[in-house]
Amino acid sequence: MDTASDESVRKHVRVYVTVFVALMALTIITVTISTLHLDTTTAIIVALSIAALKASLVAAYFMHLISEKKLIYAALTLTAVLFLALMLLPVSHFADRGL
Amino acid sequence: MEIPYTVQPRPDTGVYNAKLGIWLFLASEVMLFGALFSSYVLLRVGATTWPHGYEHLNIPLATVNTVVLISSSVTMVMSWASLAMKNLRRYRLYMGSTVALACVFLVIKGFEYGAKFEHGLYPGGSTFLAIYFTLTGLHALHIVGGIVVNSYLLGPGSAMWKTDPARFTNRVEIAGLYWHFVDLVWIFLFPVLYLL
Repeated sequence: MDTASDESVRKHVRVYVTVFVALMALTIITVTISTLHLDTTTAIIVALSIAALKASLVAAYFMHLISEKKLIYAALTLTAVLFLALMLLPVSHFADRGL
Repeated sequence: MEIPYTVQPRPDTGVYNAKLGIWLFLASEVMLFGALFSSYVLLRVGATTWPHGYEHLNIPLATVNTVVLISSSVTMVMSWASLAMKNLRRYRLYMGSTVALACVFLVIKGFEYGAKFEHGLYPGGSTFLAIYFTLTGLHALHIVGGIVVNSYLLGPGSAMWKTDPARFTNRVEIAGLYWHFVDLVWIFLFPVLYLL
């Protein structure tokens, strides 16, 4: 039993190392792209997409969200909805002012 | 009195209690940082001019700090994996590295702040500086919190390994979830403040 669980942890470790390499590569890519000084809209879309990808890797593998229980997913879904509402507040403010 | 479900999952939730607890805490943290990110968007879109981060901030230092923090997340998860493989020595090595990397992050952040103050750039200087110091300052406080907890788990807290190893492994997993969240916040702070 112990040997089996050891083997599964070792598999995890290999994944952690791969994710680490991916995170480093994405950091280099995002910094390199920022030196190109793209127009603001493109720069925001590219930088935030890379950040979202990095965050997903951390959440999925380091925080084990890829195999978590339903209740945790439910709590995080609610959090995501409320977070989205917070992010949309500035948009509604400017829509209200007709900008 | 014994605290229930520190190791075994609670039948109705499917997880041990501390795991549900930390996720609810992290959910509240998402709303805390979310409110500040939302304020940032409101201030930036509403401003007539907004400086590019690279005009005021030190990108090489922040890039090094990004590498340092991501590395500390890896050492943190490796410290948990070491305990899962029942290797306390390797756990100490990885957890020690996590605490050391966290301290390196703070020292670099200190240099960054120091350079700003030398140039007379304080939080009251502009809206950009105000939101920069608020967001990075709050994040740095979270790093300090992580150092305190991780140092405890590295030092006196590790005595639990002898009495209740499964519970101690879960404690390290919980501290890790918090630490990865702090890393995750920085993953967004770095491009938003420095690169855009």
